[in-house]
Amino acid sequence: MKHLLAALVVLFSAMSFAADVRFDDPRQQARYENLINELRCLVCQNQTIADSNADLALDLRNKVAEQIAAGKTDAEIIGYLTARYGDFVLYRPPVQANTLLLWTGPLLLLAAGLVVLTFTLRRRARLDDDTENPS
Amino acid sequence: MWRFAIPLLVVVALVAAFARALFLDPGKVPSPLIGQPVPAFSLPGLHDPEETFSDDDLKGHISLVNVFGTWCPGCHEEHEVLMRWSRTQDVPIYGFNLRDERDAAINWLERDGNPYAKIGFDPGGETSIDWGIYGAPETFLIDAEGRIRLKHIGPLTDAVLRERILPAIDMLRGERS
Repeated sequence: MKHLLAALVVLFSAMSFAADVRFDDPRQQARYENLINELRCLVCQNQTIADSNADLALDLRNKVAEQIAAGKTDAEIIGYLTARYGDFVLYRPPVQANTLLLWTGPLLLLAAGLVVLTFTLRRRARLDDDTENPS
Repeated sequence: MWRFAIPLLVVVALVAAFARALFLDPGKVPSPLIGQPVPAFSLPGLHDPEETFSDDDLKGHISLVNVFGTWCPGCHEEHEVLMRWSRTQDVPIYGFNLRDERDAAINWLERDGNPYAKIGFDPGGETSIDWGIYGAPETFLIDAEGRIRLKHIGPLTDAVLRERILPAIDMLRGERS
């Protein structure tokens, strides 16, 4: 039991390290937390900079905090980082020419599935009619 | 006939797409800074903190900027290649020492040789964000106007130099003449 507790303490202290920046203004704090959850750590690419404890993620968190403190807007901060690291730094890629397929792909697949389903059901209905009323 | 051909084509296309994606390296994120002037920066020198390494050093000649740190295994791997470059090529390599300890870096270069014309020391990594650097080793090719023209992520090898860096340098020289 003691070991389990110790393990949990270690686990949760590791999870809370992202709160390494504290703003006095709760709105700034909320913006900070929102932003770091939207930005990708480029070293460990499936983590946000809030989740990651890579050096780069720490530096990027500090950069975000510094810019919020300097009065930059969210759009300016996002712009600053994409100008240096590209759209890849965003967890939610912007809708633009080269991401159009990414955004519309699932809808296209759904539409294709519905078309196939409709055709199959219709044909089956026709086949059923044929077997019930042999001419 | 079409009932089988269409699903078959879809499967073949998907397999082809996934097979290609398997061989792409997700670590190689294209840099939006290609074609842009190097960001304005000024770093203290590694050996002499009084000295500075800045964007002014990168203007007027073609050069390489190599990001390294003693903590980085890929940097040790490519070191021999850099040493050979510094002995045989007239394009200088500038060093960008990232998140390192000063003594460790100086000792390493003393032991294994120093291929760098000048080295900036960035222990906190602040300048590296302006360069869009996210790890080491990374190598930038800078043209004579001080613009970033190419970025290589990962260790330099003879093959990378031959196939990527040298042809790009030849192209830059062709632009000037």
